[in-house]
Amino acid sequence: MAIKRAYLDYQSTTPIDERVLNTMMPYLTSKFGNPHSAEHNYGWEAEAAIDAAREQVAELISGSPGGVTFLSGATEANNLALKGVMEARGHERPHLITVVTEHKCVLEAALYCKSKGYDLTILPVDEAGLLGLNLLEDTITDKTAIVSVMAVNNEIGVIQPLAEIGAICRSKGALFHTDAAQAFGKIALDVDAMNIDLMSISGHKIYGPKGVGALYHRPDKDVEIAPQMHGGGQENGLRAGTQAPALVAGLGKAASLCAAEMAQEEGRIQGLMKRLKRELAAIAPAMKVNGDEHIRWAGNLNVCFPGLDGDRLFADIRGLAVSSGAACASAVAEPSYVLEAIGVDEKHAKASLRIGIGRMTTDEEIDFALDTISQAIKNQGGCE
Amino acid sequence: MDYNATAPIRPGVIDAMTSAMQSVGNPSSVHSSGRQARKLVEEARSKVAALVGARVRDVTFCSGGTEANNAVIRGSNAASVIVSAIEHDCSLAAAKLAGVPSFSLPVTPAGVADLEALKDILAEAPKPALVSIMLANNETGVIQPVKEIAEVAKAAGARVHTDAVQAAGKIDINFNDLSVDYLTLSSHKLGGPQGVGAIITAPTAPLAPLVAGGGQELGRRSGTENVAGIVGFGEAALEAMAELGMAAELASKRDRFEQAVTEMSNEAILIGANAPRTANTSCVAMPGVKGETQVMHFDLNGICVSSGSACSSGKVKVSHVLSAMGYADDVAEASIRVSLGRLTTDEHIDALIKAWRNLYERAASR
Repeated sequence: MAIKRAYLDYQSTTPIDERVLNTMMPYLTSKFGNPHSAEHNYGWEAEAAIDAAREQVAELISGSPGGVTFLSGATEANNLALKGVMEARGHERPHLITVVTEHKCVLEAALYCKSKGYDLTILPVDEAGLLGLNLLEDTITDKTAIVSVMAVNNEIGVIQPLAEIGAICRSKGALFHTDAAQAFGKIALDVDAMNIDLMSISGHKIYGPKGVGALYHRPDKDVEIAPQMHGGGQENGLRAGTQAPALVAGLGKAASLCAAEMAQEEGRIQGLMKRLKRELAAIAPAMKVNGDEHIRWAGNLNVCFPGLDGDRLFADIRGLAVSSGAACASAVAEPSYVLEAIGVDEKHAKASLRIGIGRMTTDEEIDFALDTISQAIKNQGGCE
Repeated sequence: MDYNATAPIRPGVIDAMTSAMQSVGNPSSVHSSGRQARKLVEEARSKVAALVGARVRDVTFCSGGTEANNAVIRGSNAASVIVSAIEHDCSLAAAKLAGVPSFSLPVTPAGVADLEALKDILAEAPKPALVSIMLANNETGVIQPVKEIAEVAKAAGARVHTDAVQAAGKIDINFNDLSVDYLTLSSHKLGGPQGVGAIITAPTAPLAPLVAGGGQELGRRSGTENVAGIVGFGEAALEAMAELGMAAELASKRDRFEQAVTEMSNEAILIGANAPRTANTSCVAMPGVKGETQVMHFDLNGICVSSGSACSSGKVKVSHVLSAMGYADDVAEASIRVSLGRLTTDEHIDALIKAWRNLYERAASR
């Protein structure tokens, strides 16, 4: 039976894995305690769930559980990393570095730091979307407190050279923060081997719930972070607020599923993506992949169909849930600053699709995407 | 009987959330999956708005009461912050770190904010000030005269924030009637999920975002919306509103316990009982017996109560609320909080009274 719609927007958000949902349910129903009610049983159960999740998250990045701070999502994690480190270290090291293709929340948090009087450098990327290591070496100084570079780009899927960036930061005493919202659970990450001091993690990008994420920090006294949310002293004082055991347990389970299934899943996704790319190229030989063709997460394809009218393209692919860029920007229909940064002009950016596939993507959905896009291209008389 | 720490999630909330979690979509996406998620968020927004009689567009979702209070106290652009001495720890901490002078508003021995003192502080505090006052206290249940406070504050050009986390679903709230500028809410105290809350802002009230980024929630709070959590919050708000009529029943259960306590002991102190209170909360001191000992005793008898608010209960610390009301440390240390909810039965109250009597008699015989 032919399907009539397909969800291929996995960089925007992912469906919750049923196994994650099953893990969460008891914490929504029978085990409803406040994890901070230290004196009664209901509270202990909730706390145990949170501690177990801390271990599951740490294991996936070969970190230590003590460095995992749960919070409301990657946006909050990125805000805490940048603002918190600058507030703690900025008096000695008033400089921070980030990259033009970062997620909006990193850039906004960095600009906030700038408004507080810190020096901000926003580095460009090359046409493949990658950060040049020489450029970083030339920019970083012994006044740099933190360097924030995302692991996998949310729009174009390219993977930054994390270990090398981390080594440069380490040599200058700067902390290395990576926004791993799109990478955690998708590609192998090892915080120590990659010299990563801080890492932002999201639940809903790895088949977990929305509204939960984590900030990992190397639990060492030189990784100082000033809390940004004050109150009851939860999460070792780094993040106040009643923890949500269901959400945190969901993130933990999602992480452990990724740990167990990552290799197998990546193989399957690579296979689907390879077919999608090959057949798209057959339909539209002029098609061009935005961002590096090889150094990328297999579940993302950002592709331009030169000569097509973008508005019409999107109108013609209804039923196929893909996007033109980051979801946050979708509603306001701004052109993608990420594509602009890698030299894609506005017309080509508008004729580009971000296609994201993942755990639940089927062959039938790929077929549907190919048919839909193929028809949309025909409607406009083909690409250039 | 620790509903003020967190309430069991309502079955209707679980159903609504389960269904929301089984669909996929980022509310910011423009495709149909995204629009479906957006629709769920907006329906929930209407329900939360209705609970407190606010305009739908003035409701901003965030990660909980702590974030909501931090965002208001640090984001109102005020030149000074006046927080009552009985506020939740997160408001007190946020006020200290707001980067502007902060003042503590004292309360009377009954636990009610002191209006005369407020006038004096307002005269002294740099303008414009922000006054932050709870609608109902988490430890004693005492309801604050927020409307009167707002009148006094407005006359002095100040803005007013009320933390309604403990009041919502327990008393009828009308944002306009209170004439405050900000009101903050938490879902899990209403029988909704943990990890979600809301800030209500008056149309003229500034709110600098605490969490910057993709510009969600009209730029007031960035980050992908916790769709299922928000849906659960909406459902909880709807159900809680329908149950406001249960207050009298809860009060009679609470009063039966308190009356039994007074009959058993003339040393026991019912804290805050001389002021208007939420129907579900009782704060009782059993002089000479440490609160933690009492909590353990009740726990062994299958009853969850707490000694003060849950957040600080891991640490041994005298309640700042009871201190502010003028109670000596030994009284504060000997008090427990009993907070009832929709699932509390008469049998639970019987068990509570019995456990209290056993402990009291054992302590008296020593």
